[in-house]
Amino acid sequence: MFSGFMINAWQVGTIVAIVAGVVGFVVVLRGDVFAAHAVPNGAFAGAAGASVVGLSPLLGLGVFALIAALGIGVLRRFGQRDATTALVLVLSLATGSALLSQSTQYASSTYALLFGEILGVSSAHLIPLLALGATCVGAVALRWRALLLSAVTPDIASARGLRQGRLDAGFLVIVALATTMTVPVVGALLVFSLMVGPPAAARLLVSRPGRAMGLATLLSLVVLWSALVAAYETNWPVGFFVSTGSTLVYLVARRISQHGTE
Amino acid sequence: MPDALSVEHLTVTLHGRTILDDVSFSIQPGEFTGLIGSNGVGKTTLLRAILGLQPYETGTISVNGEPRDLQHAAIGYVPQKIALDSDVPLRVIDFVTLGLDAERWGLRRRSAAQRDRVAALLEAVGGAHLATKRLSELSGGEQQRVFIAHALVREPSLLLLDEPLASLDPRNVQEIVALLHRLAHEHHVAILLSAHEMNALLPVMDRVVYLTGGHCASGPTNEVVQTDVLSALYGHHVDVLQVHGRVFVIAEPNDATDNLPEHPTLTVH
Repeated sequence: MFSGFMINAWQVGTIVAIVAGVVGFVVVLRGDVFAAHAVPNGAFAGAAGASVVGLSPLLGLGVFALIAALGIGVLRRFGQRDATTALVLVLSLATGSALLSQSTQYASSTYALLFGEILGVSSAHLIPLLALGATCVGAVALRWRALLLSAVTPDIASARGLRQGRLDAGFLVIVALATTMTVPVVGALLVFSLMVGPPAAARLLVSRPGRAMGLATLLSLVVLWSALVAAYETNWPVGFFVSTGSTLVYLVARRISQHGTE
Repeated sequence: MPDALSVEHLTVTLHGRTILDDVSFSIQPGEFTGLIGSNGVGKTTLLRAILGLQPYETGTISVNGEPRDLQHAAIGYVPQKIALDSDVPLRVIDFVTLGLDAERWGLRRRSAAQRDRVAALLEAVGGAHLATKRLSELSGGEQQRVFIAHALVREPSLLLLDEPLASLDPRNVQEIVALLHRLAHEHHVAILLSAHEMNALLPVMDRVVYLTGGHCASGPTNEVVQTDVLSALYGHHVDVLQVHGRVFVIAEPNDATDNLPEHPTLTVH
């Protein structure tokens, strides 16, 4: 379990889990959960398109994640936050499926994009993943205070002269970057669970923002590592275990927090 | 000394409707001003314009003699009660501390002096015991205190409060009003507080900005809250009655009464 391609999986999984924990925490804090579901679907369309024209799927993934994120950012400025996000999501999925219909091969690579295949991520990806991950975590750290205040009291933040539109768009770009790195590992449809489950669980248990984010990252690591072990033992897809693990962590946290308040 | 706040010829149109029509008034440093008017008359719109949250057609807004956009740090803002999800991981002390430096990049640790300042302010607003509670768990009165501490932590010269007394019980109303009064008179913070009911403010209000139908009358409270001034403002006759130190604005029968401020004991037959 700790040799050859599995070493690679452990390394990649660890990076992805940390980024998902940190970025996911801010996603949940800002109520961007739906957007965090839509952006990976844009990414999926991009990867599908790239493989049809023979480009690197990772490139298509990144570019389309960015387009989806900025599209959501622009559209929702004029209201109807959920509706616009939903339209971007559906349009992305439709584009992805249309592009894939042009491709006669790679059925299994499509499957990997949607549901993830951590074992398929080669060691050549390690450095780019590390760079992307550091960028995401660094950007959140740099704007941490502004992100916090504007999430809780947007009007106060605006009145202080913080530019919400920019902050919002900037954070969606971070979500797009985080998506680009996590989609190949856990898949476009399942990224969401890793970004939402552990942070939602952590904030039930801890009331300090920094510590809650730390716990979210820790839980995210625990979920991903357990999923790797389970996948290795059973030969089932990692994404399945990541999703069930995230849900489980959330339910346990909820149980504990209800117990604590009674 | 320049005006703490000066609003000149402000006109705001929302969806083709003129909400504020050529509104002008000013507030001196350390002055406690009530922004009085019934619900929907444009009090929040006026505050939002001053805060830079609401675009306006014409007019000038200056703070301490400068355009408001240069004076972000001089303005403190206490919004109406907000509802937060119960699991938002932010404690009262974290929130007040964010008031210091929310726009600062990075994670640099706050100095001991800054932390002391946050603690002292929480103490001053009567919220020391709330420090480690989650912001989402606060009652209306507690939230007002904490938001006031958050706004004050940067030492603003102008504090804007949007209906801070709405839905508070009488004891909390008295305590918050007394707190704001001290702030204005001892720390020379100019205060502009919106309310649909002015009686709780009468003992402390230096000045009133009375808003109705998009127009305002402003000046010392006892000069503005007069039968002739308010009748002219409403465009029809209203009576201003003073009973045991309380003020009632009463319209003639058949007049549009929906423009009147709400008074709990006011009945119009």
